[in-house]
Amino acid sequence: MNFFFDSALQDCDEPTGSPDFVEVRDFCFYYGAHKVLHNVFLQLAQRQITALIGPSGCGKSTLLRSINRLNDVIKGTRHEGDILIDRQSVFDARVDVLSLRRRVGMVFQQSNPFPKSVYENVVYPLRVAGRKKKSELDNVAERSLRAAALWDEVKDRLHANAYQLSVGQMQRLCIARAIANSPEIILLDEPCAALDPVSTGKIEELLLELKKDYTLVLVTHNLQQAARVSDRTAFFNQGRLVEAASTQRIFMAPQDPLTQDYVSGRFG
Amino acid sequence: MFKPPRGFFRRLSAAAQGEPWVWLCAAGLIMSLVLVIGLFVLIASRALPAFWPQPVALLELRESGALAGRIVQKYEKQTDGVRETYFKVYVGNKAVHGKNFVHVNERELLRVSYPEDMLYIDSLDGGDIFGQPQSLTLQGGLRVPVDDPRFEDFFAQLVTDTAVRRIDILEVELGQLGELNRHLEQNARRLRVLAKNEIQNAAEIGEISAAQKKLQTRHEVYARKSKELHERQDHFTLGYRVASGQSLVMPMEKIDHYYYPNRLGFFEKADVFMQNIWRFLSEAPRQANMGGGVFPAIFGTLVMTVLMSAAVAPLGVLVAVYLHEYARPGLFSRLARAGIYNLAGVPSIVFGVIGLCFFVHLAGGTLDQLFFADALPTPTFGTGGILWASLTLALMTLPVVVVATEQALHAVPRSVREASMACGASQWQSLRRVVLPAAVPGMLTGLILAMARGAGEVAPLMLVGVVKLAPSLPVDAVAPFVHLERKFMHLGYHMYDLGAQSPDIDAALPLLFACILTLVLLVGALNFLAVWMRARMRKKYAVKPF
Ligand SMILES: Nc1ncnc2c1ncn2[C@@H]1O[C@H](COP(=O)(O)OP(=O)(O)OP(=O)(O)O)[C@@H](O)[C@H]1O
Ligand SMILES: [Mg+2]
Repeated sequence: MNFFFDSALQDCDEPTGSPDFVEVRDFCFYYGAHKVLHNVFLQLAQRQITALIGPSGCGKSTLLRSINRLNDVIKGTRHEGDILIDRQSVFDARVDVLSLRRRVGMVFQQSNPFPKSVYENVVYPLRVAGRKKKSELDNVAERSLRAAALWDEVKDRLHANAYQLSVGQMQRLCIARAIANSPEIILLDEPCAALDPVSTGKIEELLLELKKDYTLVLVTHNLQQAARVSDRTAFFNQGRLVEAASTQRIFMAPQDPLTQDYVSGRFG
Repeated sequence: MFKPPRGFFRRLSAAAQGEPWVWLCAAGLIMSLVLVIGLFVLIASRALPAFWPQPVALLELRESGALAGRIVQKYEKQTDGVRETYFKVYVGNKAVHGKNFVHVNERELLRVSYPEDMLYIDSLDGGDIFGQPQSLTLQGGLRVPVDDPRFEDFFAQLVTDTAVRRIDILEVELGQLGELNRHLEQNARRLRVLAKNEIQNAAEIGEISAAQKKLQTRHEVYARKSKELHERQDHFTLGYRVASGQSLVMPMEKIDHYYYPNRLGFFEKADVFMQNIWRFLSEAPRQANMGGGVFPAIFGTLVMTVLMSAAVAPLGVLVAVYLHEYARPGLFSRLARAGIYNLAGVPSIVFGVIGLCFFVHLAGGTLDQLFFADALPTPTFGTGGILWASLTLALMTLPVVVVATEQALHAVPRSVREASMACGASQWQSLRRVVLPAAVPGMLTGLILAMARGAGEVAPLMLVGVVKLAPSLPVDAVAPFVHLERKFMHLGYHMYDLGAQSPDIDAALPLLFACILTLVLLVGALNFLAVWMRARMRKKYAVKPF
């Protein structure tokens, strides 16, 4: 295994976009009285993959869901601090949360296609954005499915129900859906948690491909996966950001003893 | 070597495996099934024989002549310490006997025979007639005796002819004459209005009067035609002899259908059986609902159930969507929900009262004042009708739909809602495009339950528009085709009428069971339709949990 070497190579990629495309500033988050994120500072570079790792319940998903304000719909939540995308606060009163979510695609741990056809699943973000032109929708569907490496498998059954796909295919369908409306950022919350190694491999390849155009945030429990695909890694523990650095540094020379324990599997 | 611990291979005791509970549950299920099937078999076994042609016996008595009829029961009775056997005979011929059943003591019986020429007639005004034919009278007093070889052919032909003429008469009287009468009536009303200002309206008055004249001439023509037709009908009669020896005459036009019950072979009987069932389903009732069929009641039940569903489904879904998706949880939504759920516990007659006060008097009365003022004081919507009945039942079944819809919405997984929102959909878009379609099967379940409850409900209908005998159907070929203000008939009420209001419950009983069977099958068919739709929707929209 020399995935460290791979990621070291990737680390040599010159960052092609702004290094702080997404910026989390002194961010705290509360579910009711329960504070789950404590003063998080984090920067996510454009067109790179940033992995968020940490033990279960440390607040990775919460942070992810704060970026596209999906936590808004949960009652009794509250935040302090700020998250900026391209220097624009997502919590600004002038921000239209629907267009924010169109700029930020999301893939969930459990694949959650709609009970609709494959085609309708992919073009859903366009439909809700009011796009109706058939040719445009067709194009987007094909482009997204190709980008999600699913086109060849489903091109003959675009109008079959999405639930007929395998679980791995469904997850790639969800990725296709997340990129259909050309977002700038894609949030992936443990996208491979329910998948076999082959599907996982396919999705990882896909992420590396997507990196060229999108800014990706990947929550994962699979450290090897983080090491394989991410450029930067942020380690969280109990709602606090412990350490964020290039993936190589996190895995080879972590600064914090907690990080050290975690990446070497001695955590607990 | 592996040494199993003690008890390693011991089977779990039956109790520990929950076996008694499994048995108990299974017993419960079986009991319910037996009840359902038993009920159905009971209803069918009481209903269907009524359609099967029974032989008609001629009972000759020692002292008082003879009787003809169907022997429906043989029973024993103690009188003064002596056991005696009796026959219960359905004798029909109400005009002769004044009652439907006669009880004959076996000792009085001389002989029982089944004469081949025993004739059964279903007459339009006298119910069932049993007799032996003697002769036909044709036009000009020409008689065809029963031993004439052409007798049967003539008989059949005449029955058909008079039936055709009967329809012609109806057409003239209800169709053309009815239409003319309506016009005449309208013009007369207009003339009365115009007459208040005779000088100014002189021109119009003249016009209308002229039109009236023309209408009157046409009216006379049709009236004459109807009279002629009636006279022709009167020429044809059947002479027959009843068991007592009396000779009677039956106008041909009064015969709905006839057959010779003692002559029929099995397949002919089966044929009559099917015809009887068809008549029951397709004809209107006669003789105070004791004869004929129940078509208007089936139709009324169907139309009412459809209208009710059309009202309750959208209303219930709207209420549930608001309560579940939009209303902020709090005192208000809890009160609203409790209020709606508690509607389910209100006795149905109360809904009848609500419907009468709120729909009929308030809404209907207002509608009449606004749009049908010229017909007042005769109410149009201000009296019970199929619309108000449907709305009343819709109100009654509302909680069923609301509860089912809320549950269906609740069952749509959060993950799918979040997926939709993460795609940039607004709450309304998520609701319309993902959540509602996924909840449709559950909503249909609610509708099925509502229909099952609503279709069989009688009590509230009695206050808001159901009648024993409706002159016309709520949907027909006369514009505007759907007549929401009309009174209607309903199978449930028909049953109540047969069971509780009929002069002779014994004679009504088979009809009653036939009605029950029809209602059960009708509700079953409606439910089947909805279940089938739901299955299709499930295939298309159901969300699979992962
Ligand atoms: N809807 C909620 N209401 C209340 N508390 C919540 C809610 N969602 C999450 N939490 C709490 O917030 C904390 C962080 O949860 P979060 O889902 O962000 O963790 P995570 O890092 O994603 O964990 P995992 O790796 O298991 O997915 C946990 O303690 C959790 O119990
Ligand atoms: Mg999580």
